[in-house]
Amino acid sequence: MSLKLLEITAHQLKEKLLSREIQATFLTKKLFEWIKEIEPNIQSYISLNEDEALEKAKEIDRKIENGEKIGLLAGVPIAVKDNICTKNIHTTCASKILKNFIPPYDAYVVKRLKEEDAIIIGKTNLDEFAMGSSTENSGYKITRNPWDTERVPGGSSGGSSAAVAAGLAYMALGSDTGGSVRQPAALCGIVGLKPTYGRVSRYGLVAFGSSLDQIGTLTKDVRDAAVLLQVIAGKDSYDSTSVQIPVPDYINGIDASIQGVKIGIPQEYFTNGINTDVLDSVKNALKVYERLGAKIVDISLPHTEYAVAVYYIVANAEASSNLARYDGVKYGYRTNDVRGIIDMYSRTRSEGFGNEVKRRIMLGNYALSSGYYDAYYLKASKVRNLIKNDFDAAFEKVDCIVCPTSPVPAFKIGERANNPLEMYLSDICTIPANLAGIPGISIPCGFSKEGLPIGMQILTRHFEEKKLLQIAYAFERETDFHLKKPVLKGSIA
Amino acid sequence: MEYEVVIGLETHAELATVTKLFCGCSTKFGAEPNTQVCPVCLGMPGVLPVMNKKAFEYALKAAVALSCEINNFTNFDRKSYYYPDLPKNYQISQNYHNLGINGYMDIIVNGSVKKIHIHNVHLEEEAGKLIHSEDSGANYSLVDFNRAGVPLLEIVSSPDMRNVNEVDSYMQTLRKILLYTEISDCKMQEGSLRFEASISLRKKGSDKLGNRVEIKNLNSMKSVIKAIEYEAARQSELLDGGKAIDRETRLWDEVNGKSARMRSKEEAQDYRYFPEPDLLPVLIDEKWLSTIKSSIPELPLEKKQRYIESFKLSDYDAGVLTEEKVLINLFEECVKIMDRPKAFCNWITNDLLREVKDKKLDINDLKIKPKQLASLVEIIEKGTISSTIAKEVFSEMIQTGKEPQKIIEEKGMAQISDEGLIESVVDKVIANNPNVIEDYKKGKKNALAFLVGQVMKETKGKANPKIVNELLSKKIVDIN
Repeated sequence: MSLKLLEITAHQLKEKLLSREIQATFLTKKLFEWIKEIEPNIQSYISLNEDEALEKAKEIDRKIENGEKIGLLAGVPIAVKDNICTKNIHTTCASKILKNFIPPYDAYVVKRLKEEDAIIIGKTNLDEFAMGSSTENSGYKITRNPWDTERVPGGSSGGSSAAVAAGLAYMALGSDTGGSVRQPAALCGIVGLKPTYGRVSRYGLVAFGSSLDQIGTLTKDVRDAAVLLQVIAGKDSYDSTSVQIPVPDYINGIDASIQGVKIGIPQEYFTNGINTDVLDSVKNALKVYERLGAKIVDISLPHTEYAVAVYYIVANAEASSNLARYDGVKYGYRTNDVRGIIDMYSRTRSEGFGNEVKRRIMLGNYALSSGYYDAYYLKASKVRNLIKNDFDAAFEKVDCIVCPTSPVPAFKIGERANNPLEMYLSDICTIPANLAGIPGISIPCGFSKEGLPIGMQILTRHFEEKKLLQIAYAFERETDFHLKKPVLKGSIA
Repeated sequence: MEYEVVIGLETHAELATVTKLFCGCSTKFGAEPNTQVCPVCLGMPGVLPVMNKKAFEYALKAAVALSCEINNFTNFDRKSYYYPDLPKNYQISQNYHNLGINGYMDIIVNGSVKKIHIHNVHLEEEAGKLIHSEDSGANYSLVDFNRAGVPLLEIVSSPDMRNVNEVDSYMQTLRKILLYTEISDCKMQEGSLRFEASISLRKKGSDKLGNRVEIKNLNSMKSVIKAIEYEAARQSELLDGGKAIDRETRLWDEVNGKSARMRSKEEAQDYRYFPEPDLLPVLIDEKWLSTIKSSIPELPLEKKQRYIESFKLSDYDAGVLTEEKVLINLFEECVKIMDRPKAFCNWITNDLLREVKDKKLDINDLKIKPKQLASLVEIIEKGTISSTIAKEVFSEMIQTGKEPQKIIEEKGMAQISDEGLIESVVDKVIANNPNVIEDYKKGKKNALAFLVGQVMKETKGKANPKIVNELLSKKIVDIN
């Protein structure tokens, strides 16, 4: 098998499967061979699902052979972030506290993947409980950026992003609470889509910040993002916050013209603190858009500077409550030789959680504690509304907003690990979309002087994923940043 | 020193829904541990709650029945505390926007009405249950999550009660309201109705509230009363001794009739309430609210008053009758069939309740149908059976659900009104009791009653007493 086959997109792969140019079983076997060669350098997976994947591949080949009806993702190898529940497959959230946890149920999105005949390859690494921007906070391993294995892949969906970038999966699911899909997509040179809050069911996504969490897609191009979103979007009766709005056809019409589309450029996102290579790449991208007939409009999102502060109050408050259930009583890790229930709680949690998780639980509990609630949580909720209002006002004037996804390209492993505040600023460009609940996508738009990928973020109004994908696709069609692949050492290649 | 006792009650009632508050698991009581659970009510990673509409409507109904102000907007909050029976280590409850606030309930104490204010009514989820090993050396406890997630209504009264009579009336009235509205089955023995009391003392005439003590672990209405009496005495003694009352929570020990400190105010938990992000706020529009309002039946006090006025029942009888839903239904159905309220009232309040008590029957499992009780009353009026026999028939009716006519036929209990047959027995009795006849002649009038008794004995109580009396009187006179 040539490396080319590993580099093609999921929608291209599906055509080859349908035309019987290749078989799912063959492809799956080859993919696992590739994983065995490359994975030791990348460390993107926490667990692999080889036996079940091969079973599923056989089933798909049989279906295609018999001319049976097949799903939208038939035969496509997909990776799932390890904070999304998979029935009978370990789901650890990259935490020691869930080391032995095997969910008895599938997340809504996983159920949908299975219904559409996808092949689940394995579960990918993340910052523990999705808390982080580098995938260094995993309780199991540090994932490496395929473009430079000395660097981080971003996070928290770093495992999913690295896997797609390195051809270890054709697509992946991630989760995005403050940028955890878009930021690693940018750092790994792939496409990362965070849908509108409520567009995709959160049922089965292990909660971090419940009012911010959204499952997103990591793909090799924009069309694949449209296909994967098509599969996972929709109302789910198990998630009260998922919305009844009909799901449009994201795939057909993705190539619509963007003539006359108004693109807003928020001044607050183009300031110092943003790496010059990043700024240059995004500015060049705007020229492409102008050439395509879009109109560039300067806008302001005046409350942007408060976004990170608001986010770390709201997300941590919710996290402190969401993570209270890991107590050693029902599932997951329990400490040994306990002396009473308090001892069991405190030692289980002390030993089971990593430092970053503990830090956030403490911050969250503090923000919610009696006497501080009004000053922190309530105040943050109010400022969150102001940030939302900023976007509403902006979208009165423009159809979308374009800005950098990450202030910097991939940084070195360990570079920011000991400075939480600096790490938190990695998400400065992505956090506002989560606070407002609007959809956002990161697409490749250039490379730094060191040859590291740079991502551009596009944001639209709530539930305007179709327009978002059209605008992203228009750029992708005109450029070839997304076609460039990292050089990986492997005998198959 | 004379003190005034100030009492408030917190009531928890499990709602009578078939499924739990946030998932589809059964709420049925008494199943094998952990057989009515799912990822949602076990608080597995990744699960989300989905509101049970019926439970919400029940809670709304309770708030309306307790005359609360209903906001058109309500939402849920997370109440955080660590306990092994609480799967998520937070309880989905309400704190910032309770379903109902500022309500009241009228109670009757010593014949006069008193208004008890309801501070708030809100909806929350029930916790599971710890099962401690019977082996005292065991170093573990087990958890049964069957109950976790059962919808629970919390009703918080203002500290408006001043003595145990008021508390008793409050509990009885509230229980009846919950039963009448069919919101809860109120089975205290199954824990579906529970009370917690808070008590403080102040000098008579003072309007400043004293330090409040909360009492938990009250398993019956009787223990509520006992615990309050104990607590009032304890506080009074402390105050008399010049000591201060600590704000604390105490646990009632039913066996020893005492309470002991569970935690002090300093140890009080910080519940870190914040709005539950996984549930949407509920908007209550006028139309929905008026549907709920119209679903509220006649409430206990109105019903009792109507029984007294329309059916001329005594205050006591009306009280007993309106105690239980089953009794009310039986009575009201019977009255619809036949206009004999007093007769039905007597059968229900005397005979039926005695049978239930003597034979330890489940009042909710009685077999008797209203139509059957009505026909029993009719049969008695026709004189087919005597009232003594009727009691026997009734006893069988409530246990078997058989028609009274059938029981009478099967057992040959019908009254003997055949004069010829009765006359032969009367003759026999007269012949066998010459001495009694002599006594009668000498003026002992109660000798006649003895003779009637003998005839009834001979006929196994079935002879028509009217005919027996007539025949005996006539015959004795004839002998003269």
